Amino acid sequence: MAIIKKLKAVKINQNHLLGIQDLSFSEVSKILDEAKTFIKLNKSESKKMDLLRGKTQINLFFEPSTRTQSSFELAGKRLGADVLSMNIVNSAIKKGETLIDTAMTLNAMHPDIIVIRHQDSGAPNLLAQKVNCAVINAGDGRREHPTQALLDALTIINRRGKIQGLKIAICGDILHSRVARSNIYLMNMLGAEINVVAPKTLLPHSIERLGVKVFTDMKKGLNNCDIVMMLRLQNERMQGSFLPSPREYYEYFGLTPDKLASAKKDALIMHPGPMNRGVEIDTNLADDINRSVIREQVELGVAVRMACLKLFCKRGL
Amino acid sequence: MKEKYLINARIIDPKNNIDEKGGIIIDDKGFIKAVGKKVSIGNVPANEEKIDLDGKILIPGLVDMRVFVGEPGYEYKENFRTLSNAALAGGVTSVVSMPNTSPVIDNVSMVDFLKRRGRDKSRINIFPAASLTINAEGKQMTEFGLLKRKGIAAFTDGVRTVQNPQLMSRIMNFASQSQSLIMQHAEDNILSKGGLINDGEISTRLGLQGIPSIAEKIIVERDLSFLEEYFCRYHISQVSSKKTVSIIRKAKLEGKKFTAGVSINNLSLNENDIGDFRTFLKLSPPLRTESDRLSLIEGVNDGSIDVIVSDHKPEDEESKRLTFAQAATGAAGVETLLPLSLELFHNQSIKIQKLIATMTSNPAKILGIKKGSLDIGNEADLCVLDIDKPWVVKQKELKSKSKNTPIENRKLQGQILKTFVKGNIAFNRV
Repeated sequence: MAIIKKLKAVKINQNHLLGIQDLSFSEVSKILDEAKTFIKLNKSESKKMDLLRGKTQINLFFEPSTRTQSSFELAGKRLGADVLSMNIVNSAIKKGETLIDTAMTLNAMHPDIIVIRHQDSGAPNLLAQKVNCAVINAGDGRREHPTQALLDALTIINRRGKIQGLKIAICGDILHSRVARSNIYLMNMLGAEINVVAPKTLLPHSIERLGVKVFTDMKKGLNNCDIVMMLRLQNERMQGSFLPSPREYYEYFGLTPDKLASAKKDALIMHPGPMNRGVEIDTNLADDINRSVIREQVELGVAVRMACLKLFCKRGL
Repeated sequence: MKEKYLINARIIDPKNNIDEKGGIIIDDKGFIKAVGKKVSIGNVPANEEKIDLDGKILIPGLVDMRVFVGEPGYEYKENFRTLSNAALAGGVTSVVSMPNTSPVIDNVSMVDFLKRRGRDKSRINIFPAASLTINAEGKQMTEFGLLKRKGIAAFTDGVRTVQNPQLMSRIMNFASQSQSLIMQHAEDNILSKGGLINDGEISTRLGLQGIPSIAEKIIVERDLSFLEEYFCRYHISQVSSKKTVSIIRKAKLEGKKFTAGVSINNLSLNENDIGDFRTFLKLSPPLRTESDRLSLIEGVNDGSIDVIVSDHKPEDEESKRLTFAQAATGAAGVETLLPLSLELFHNQSIKIQKLIATMTSNPAKILGIKKGSLDIGNEADLCVLDIDKPWVVKQKELKSKSKNTPIENRKLQGQILKTFVKGNIAFNRV
């Protein structure tokens, strides 16, 4: 955190938060630093601020989401913004309206921020080209989920004080995971060493070019790691068979006490949720308060999203 | 019409191995009467009007083997008139039109319609392709013999591939009787399912599902295996990867008789050009790596690849202003085929004779048509170009009805000045 404090004066130069790839080190530091100030607020009696009073935030979720959508909604409300969560199931999208037309319609209502989740990679980029307000990516296809990576970073920093020099294992369905990609970019930027652990059928092409070491043997991949990030098997994105069975997957890639033993003794377990207990993670490990920081991730998620909303909703501030 | 005398040109005619200063005489019916160095200011009638080409290059009008028209069914994307304008501005005088219209060109009555529309509205030569299978569904073969007799130049499912190996083997077997030309778009649907761009680092970074090059290679290998059993006229529409080039090279060395094409897009661009989800570069086959691109150039140079096509696929703005996954596939390119390919000459990738041959005499030979050369007695379809003229591609200035060029703002060197069809000036740049 020491480095991060020094850079407090840095401004955010981007108009939109589309991905970690677009952020500089100093911008990331600024967001994390800002988020820290909200952690306390979120635990206090009165959680309401008026930083974004008069601002309008639209949540545009084209994919079902529990934690991310409610996290963004709470974050906006706690900052005093007017938050509108669009229910896509009942909207014109279902009547064949294109993303751009929806965007233009919403744009005409003068929102200050649009938070978008979309099943197609690049959808937030397209939206950002067409609207006048800030666009925040809440997950697009398998490309990026920047606020998830940022909240993961904050959780690690909260526990370990730093990320520089840590060894992080990202395990599971890397192929379909935007969380994995954002975390690879972010943790690399913050100086961690990254192992990815997955069966070969769930590894994207040339993943090593993103600056990671690849393991198909989970024990080797976890060896001496400080952080173990588990990913959900994204069955809904899978076309055809990638694995023989959940049972076989659990046997070789599920996080069990036995496999975890090759990581550092105090290694932290993370998961972006929602979890498939007994598929990618042993249910007792997921609930182990000494090892699992899964609930803390959710908690800090609100703080990180408050920081992002504040920093990217710059107009008039 | 009167005889025309085109003088003072550099004539390049790969078929007749001509590259010399000279001229051309077009007779009063629009046929080539004389060509070469003997046609000069000194030995044409002094009182006749002459067209002085000022030392510029004169080549046969281009033959583009892969063009999508839009008639019938997609007239809002491109019709024969707008296609003609675009083609002529690019020096293209003959095209093979793809059958992926609505309805699909899969029966004799559709061919009559096309021929009528082509005759009435088109100012270039249209050589229609019919589909290999009914409705291009890959289930039931079309009437090769009857369609060929009606004037169908080639058979292809266009954007689709015949997946069923049994059907494909029977198609190749049956079509050999009528000597029909089979053109395969090589892509295994199951391997490429859901794929949007080349499978590689870029697809991983953009989070777009990849199309592995093996999806192409496996179909080429399959069809070349069939070719050992059933000898037919077989052409691979577009090769995109290094792996496929080496399969083709090997097969040709072994003496197998078939031909292959490549899109100018795959020769001039690579996956990096997709940048920030530029849907105009969503193509089929997809743009691949730089190493793949270089191997395609090598393939053209050593004869593994015979023709360069534009793969002109006009798509309206509404079909492209979508997320990458939802956007239509394809790029407009008939107008920029020659100028963009000249880049390969200017950067010394491909020699000029070779380059011109891939767009004139080679496709004409594959199709078995009297085009793509300056043979005496051929219709005078000609293209005059300034090979050095620099210009910048501007969407708005393109003649095609759809403006989905993949090379917007690209600086090119070489521009078409005049295009002749059947001896008449059909395009004249002012």
